Amino acid sequence: MNFFEKMFAIDRRWVYLALGLAILISLLIPFSIPIPISEEAQNIYDYVDQLEPGQAIHLALDYDPSTLAELHPMTLAILKQCFANDVDVVITALHQFGPGMAAAAIDTAVARHDELTGEQMESGEDYVFLGYKPYPALIILGMGQNYRIPFPADYYGVMLDSLPMMQDIQNYDDVEAIINVSGTSATDWWIAYGQGRYNVPLAIGVTGVMATDYYPYLQTGQIFGILGGLKGAAEYETLVGTPGKAVDGMKVQIVAHLIIILFIVIGNIGYFSTRKRRGGAV
Amino acid sequence: MKRQIPLTIIFILGLFMVFQYFVPHETSEFLYEFIALDWPPIIGVFALALGIISLVRVSIKRVRTRDENWQYALVTLIGLAAMLTAGLPWFGGQTSPVVQWQFDFIMRPITATMFSLLAFFIASAAYRAFRARSVLATLLLLSAVIVMIRFFPMGPFTEPAAATADWVLNYPNLAAKRAILIGVGLGIVSTALKIILGVERSYMGRD
Amino acid sequence: MDFMTSVGVWVAAFLTLSIFSFLYKDNPFYKFAEHLMVGVSAGYWVILLFYNVLLPDAIDPLFTEGKWYYIIPLILGLLMWTRLFKKTAWISRYPLAFYLGIATGVAIPLEMKAKVIEQLYGSVGLVAQMHEMDAGFGTVINNVVILIGVFSSLIYFFFSKEHTGITGRVSQVGIGVLMIGFGASFGFTVMARVSLLIERVQFLLFEWLKFGA
Repeated sequence: MNFFEKMFAIDRRWVYLALGLAILISLLIPFSIPIPISEEAQNIYDYVDQLEPGQAIHLALDYDPSTLAELHPMTLAILKQCFANDVDVVITALHQFGPGMAAAAIDTAVARHDELTGEQMESGEDYVFLGYKPYPALIILGMGQNYRIPFPADYYGVMLDSLPMMQDIQNYDDVEAIINVSGTSATDWWIAYGQGRYNVPLAIGVTGVMATDYYPYLQTGQIFGILGGLKGAAEYETLVGTPGKAVDGMKVQIVAHLIIILFIVIGNIGYFSTRKRRGGAV
Repeated sequence: MKRQIPLTIIFILGLFMVFQYFVPHETSEFLYEFIALDWPPIIGVFALALGIISLVRVSIKRVRTRDENWQYALVTLIGLAAMLTAGLPWFGGQTSPVVQWQFDFIMRPITATMFSLLAFFIASAAYRAFRARSVLATLLLLSAVIVMIRFFPMGPFTEPAAATADWVLNYPNLAAKRAILIGVGLGIVSTALKIILGVERSYMGRD
Repeated sequence: MDFMTSVGVWVAAFLTLSIFSFLYKDNPFYKFAEHLMVGVSAGYWVILLFYNVLLPDAIDPLFTEGKWYYIIPLILGLLMWTRLFKKTAWISRYPLAFYLGIATGVAIPLEMKAKVIEQLYGSVGLVAQMHEMDAGFGTVINNVVILIGVFSSLIYFFFSKEHTGITGRVSQVGIGVLMIGFGASFGFTVMARVSLLIERVQFLLFEWLKFGA
């Protein structure tokens, strides 16, 4: 048994330990890395930034706690920008465990805005949280006709017609864009059924696992921006000027990535050295 | 009765929905908004509840028969009861702080941690399985590494590394994903057509 | 931080560590947390379905607004439950047919447009872009990469002709392009998985143990 064969025989729990320790230690050491901004993220920021006070966007939050690490910071950063620019926000949560995430995000964003400016954002005036409905495809189509078809009342049980912000908002024609922050295939439905049928400008914030799949839509103009995974979240945090959990996480990503690349390199050196010994028969 | 009528319903509704897209007439718009978009979620709730009913049935049975590890089935039932109680209208329904508390401090940490375990598994898999065995495997590996190092601060190499990754994402990656997308799209449409035309009937079950 | 939040953070930390203990090996703490989650999330979903669908869409219109026709979707929904008994299970095909008819009919034109037509249109647009007078050399090369990539990958997925001769060689290029695509996905997936772990460690260190506070 040579060195590499011995290395491969080690219990996988040592690999786990190495990764775990690397993350733990690099979180405790204070250092920072620059976050370069991609064009895909800048587009979304610029779009929201040029909106006039009183104009509205629809923030579709379709994720559950399993992807909160990547998506929650995006939501908070987008909400911060909207609140600061006085842009109205219609919020929906079409994942079955999404409303809890959305409600928590709204509470945090409202509290932070209050802390920063002393201004209290009000439900029904500055934002409206419509809540959850199953079968996203049909709900997306329904809202395109009129928000009141799937959502006669908001999440808190108040009729939509009685909310000041919703007086001028009937359907997607009355919002300037939809931003879908999602960890599920709901994004496909927003593209096909929301943008596809009602031609509303759409941008997406998705998990790293999903991000690469949506580049074709970017080139065709079906979406105008992508925030991809934690890096996308960190970019948006940087753009809105409040570096938070995502920016902090990116420095750790580098260490974790280095470790994983190191594992890949060791694995390959071992593979080639043992292959040579066996005459390339592996 | 058992098969023909459901097949006819699917055929008529399916065709109606296709035509409605191309001919948005006032009457069809009304039917579209009123029946097609409003009713299915109501019907669907009962379908979704089936899953929960069977979860309760199985858990109760496991506790009753003192199955191996029945204690865990009891934990499931207690969790269910705790959440349902907190959500009763007298305690504030879905916006009750106790519902949100259980979401924030029970559902959220467990779900998030469960998925975070995947980080360990992907590291272990990278160590054991990610080999440059052939030209194709090397392409896969190279593309992965280029994307992985795209945000590394590497002095003068930072810019070129990021630009290379951007190129990979926006050109070859885009081409690959577009081909897959076209395949998936054609697959969805042909399956939908098969269902409407009654060729695909496996969703009906047997008999 | 109020009392309930402090208690919550401790509960959350206990549950987080219980799940992490699975890395060593399966154990009662992990099993406990796992089963608790199943119960609590099932309960949460019931609450959401009741307050977001049944109450506003069926019960309210039927009983407080007097819209009697909402009895129809309600009955159709109840028919779904005939599945629970073998003899009556076939009846559930009626509501299922209602839902499937609508869902499939809606999908055909919209999925075709988003995933096929727009994508082909986007690719053809690249050819037009190359014809423009000011298209630089780089643009031409990049667009050719996309066009060849899409075409060869589609050939790889085309199973009606045997992959030999020229078709075989083109489909080989296709697999190469697909591999680059999958590699990019893998790179992003590493970042995604690690992100989830970082967030959990951030929670344990800064929210529970309050390091640096």
